[in-house]
Amino acid sequence: MLSVAGISKSFRGLKAVSGASFDVAQGSITALIGPNGAGKTTCFNMIAGVFPPDSGEIIFDGGKIQGMRPDQVCAAGIGRTFQIVKPFAGLSVLDNVMVGALLREKGVSAARNLSLSVLKKLQLEEKQDAPASTLTLPDRKRLEVARALATRPKLLLLDEVMAGLRPTECDLMVEVFRELSRADGLTILLIEHVMRAVMALAQKVMVLHHGEIIAGGAPAEVVRNQAVLDCYLGEETEV
Amino acid sequence: MNRRALGLLAILGIFLLIFPKIANPYLVSVATLILYLAYTGQAWNVMMGFAGQLSLGHSLYVGVGAYASAALFSRYGIGPWAGVWLSIALCVALGAAIGFLAFRFGISGVYFALLTIAFAEFTRVGFDHLDWTGGSGGLFLKVAQRDQIDLANFRGPPEMYYYTMLFLCALALWGCSRLLKSKAGYYWQAIRENEEAAQALGINTFRWKMLAVVISAAMTAVSGVFFAFYYNNLFPEQIFHISRSIEIILGPVIGGVGTLFGPILGATVLTVLSDSITELLAQFGWEIPGIKQVFYGVVLLLVIMFLPNGIWPALSRKLGLGK
Amino acid sequence: MPLDLVANVIIAGVLTGMVYGLMALGLSVIFGIVRVVNFAHGEMMAVAMYAAVSLFAAFHLDPFLAAVPIAAGFFVLGYLLQAGLINPFITRPEHSQFMLMVAVATIMVNGMLMAFGPDARNVQTDYQLDSWEFGKIIVDKPRAFAAMMAIAASSALFAFFRLTLTGKAIRACADNHLGALVVGLNVKHLYSLTFGLGAACVAIAGCMMILFVDVTPGLGPGYTLLAFIIVIVGGLGSMTGALLGGVLIGLSEALAGLFIQPSAKSMFGFALLILVLLFRPQGLLGRRP
Repeated sequence: MLSVAGISKSFRGLKAVSGASFDVAQGSITALIGPNGAGKTTCFNMIAGVFPPDSGEIIFDGGKIQGMRPDQVCAAGIGRTFQIVKPFAGLSVLDNVMVGALLREKGVSAARNLSLSVLKKLQLEEKQDAPASTLTLPDRKRLEVARALATRPKLLLLDEVMAGLRPTECDLMVEVFRELSRADGLTILLIEHVMRAVMALAQKVMVLHHGEIIAGGAPAEVVRNQAVLDCYLGEETEV
Repeated sequence: MNRRALGLLAILGIFLLIFPKIANPYLVSVATLILYLAYTGQAWNVMMGFAGQLSLGHSLYVGVGAYASAALFSRYGIGPWAGVWLSIALCVALGAAIGFLAFRFGISGVYFALLTIAFAEFTRVGFDHLDWTGGSGGLFLKVAQRDQIDLANFRGPPEMYYYTMLFLCALALWGCSRLLKSKAGYYWQAIRENEEAAQALGINTFRWKMLAVVISAAMTAVSGVFFAFYYNNLFPEQIFHISRSIEIILGPVIGGVGTLFGPILGATVLTVLSDSITELLAQFGWEIPGIKQVFYGVVLLLVIMFLPNGIWPALSRKLGLGK
Repeated sequence: MPLDLVANVIIAGVLTGMVYGLMALGLSVIFGIVRVVNFAHGEMMAVAMYAAVSLFAAFHLDPFLAAVPIAAGFFVLGYLLQAGLINPFITRPEHSQFMLMVAVATIMVNGMLMAFGPDARNVQTDYQLDSWEFGKIIVDKPRAFAAMMAIAASSALFAFFRLTLTGKAIRACADNHLGALVVGLNVKHLYSLTFGLGAACVAIAGCMMILFVDVTPGLGPGYTLLAFIIVIVGGLGSMTGALLGGVLIGLSEALAGLFIQPSAKSMFGFALLILVLLFRPQGLLGRRP
């Protein structure tokens, strides 16, 4: 579904991402992990169109998307969440999701129906009229996901969506994503530090370090990979 | 809108319709001014309240709209009903140019505001030197009899102007309310709240911001045409002046930026209060030039400090009117 | 066009430009450090000019001397304005802040109108029309003294920000608001101090300006815009930029007045602002915003 080939990005001489290549298979859940500053969010931002890669290609659903604007990338079928959530604070929860729904739905009432069903999936429908600014962090994260889902993406990019969640909340989110992947065939690419979620969700894990992919494969293998242990996970891994 | 709000609106509507019949000419002219400010404020509100772009140079559109139609009338005898289209076309082009320049080059916030001021000031000085429209000496329209209604040339008794402005206000209100509830409304609010997030949801923020700017400019152009044919004289120093731009934003800021009824409420409150206070002070013999504007400034200050979202949100909650 | 005429115009322009630079320096400090969009900047200048006029009328006090008490007064008032009115607005959305200063500006302009009436006022010192002559080159004494004063004031401000601890603390706040708070700096107090300093700059500039420009209540907005143009052209965050920008604008205004119509000279400034905003928003010497 998504094919990233040799992308690189430098910021004023600092090479954030260097020749990264990986594939995300349709319908799969793939995780991108690595220490802070490894370049994970930079990769996301390149895929999502926030800035173009200096070199390399990004192919999604058969078409080249590198260099596209964020709104074009979304229209092509990629939804994303942000590491630091960006709710439309002055709007209600429902209205937030409607903004997303209006991309593909013709008309406000059709958008409302879609939004309500998405809110249900994320267990937010009771709070639909609450102003987004009054939500707790876990709910804001769910809202962020709901909003992105309302654009009917084929691929969902999740940027550290588990950060700050308690284990029970984390498990709930994991369930939601599992269900979306299973029932709707949604492809998911996630950046995560919370290994609990990574091991529970991911079918494939890629490890990024200093802007380069140093390991990739099934979760069980990757967490035993020596290079990965050295740079990120440490010797004792409680999973 | 809930029942109460609709009821209140109906009563207000009826009151406004019969107003000229029950009030003296001075009050009618004050009311016309209020409606003019309310309409122009609503036009500005589309750019700021809906799309979040602060324009402090809206006098540009009033002026260009006014001059375009006035020049057509005074030089070629072309009436305002045709002239208004030229006004709108010119203002749309200007708005599009400013919007394009600003958004393409990523200018927003303070810098956008300064850009709009610069364009208005540039035009002001420019028109001072434009002899074709009378330069700094001004452009004058022939004032015909005030008794007969000459709709083609937009001349007639004060009531005609009052009702025209009332109609424009109602139209703007209706139009804006449809816009707010439509896809445009949602998208504009999203852009206003968080442009980056809006883009991630597939919104071409450039296009939608441009739309807001262009609609706002077009609406304001009509305001300018009205101004020209109501006051019948235009001076660049006056019509393009930055104080005109500030006058336009007072209503929406005091009433409530981004709300539907804010501009009208604000314009009413401000004009009624300031006129009554000036009248009151004049009774005591205190007729000092500038006191009205000091009053504007103080009201603006107080509203910003204590009611930052304007009077309308607080008022509508108190009266149980909903949004 | 005779060369000496052009030269004299250039000299006058540069000298005036230094006073513009001082005025803009005040804004650079206020806008650049405290991040307040001071739409009342030009009005503050006009108030200072009126103050100088009043002191001259009452005590025959030379504007250069009057600059001291006026600057002190403005420092205090500026401090109070920031501390009392503006500080609470730091967390509010941008447009609230502008409106606040717009309101303050409106009150000032019309307050001046109420207090002094619409007629132009000025001062007439003994040396008003004196000048030095170097062959065909004429240098106005008032302008020259004003420029020197502007340089002195600017240097003092530079020294304050570079050499004193308080100055460095203020620069730290500008660089990193949160960081400054975390290390225990009293940011609100420092911001108020900065606003006061900026206001003092404007006050001195006003006392200088009254020597060669008449003051009317409506003079404010034009100067506000000019100050913003200079700060943006010269570069936000750069004090040297503000001075350089001031000189440039003074120079271009003078030349535009000479070669094009004098009344159209402000168009040049606006056009310059538009171009800079579009193509080089960091100005000549500023950092990229």
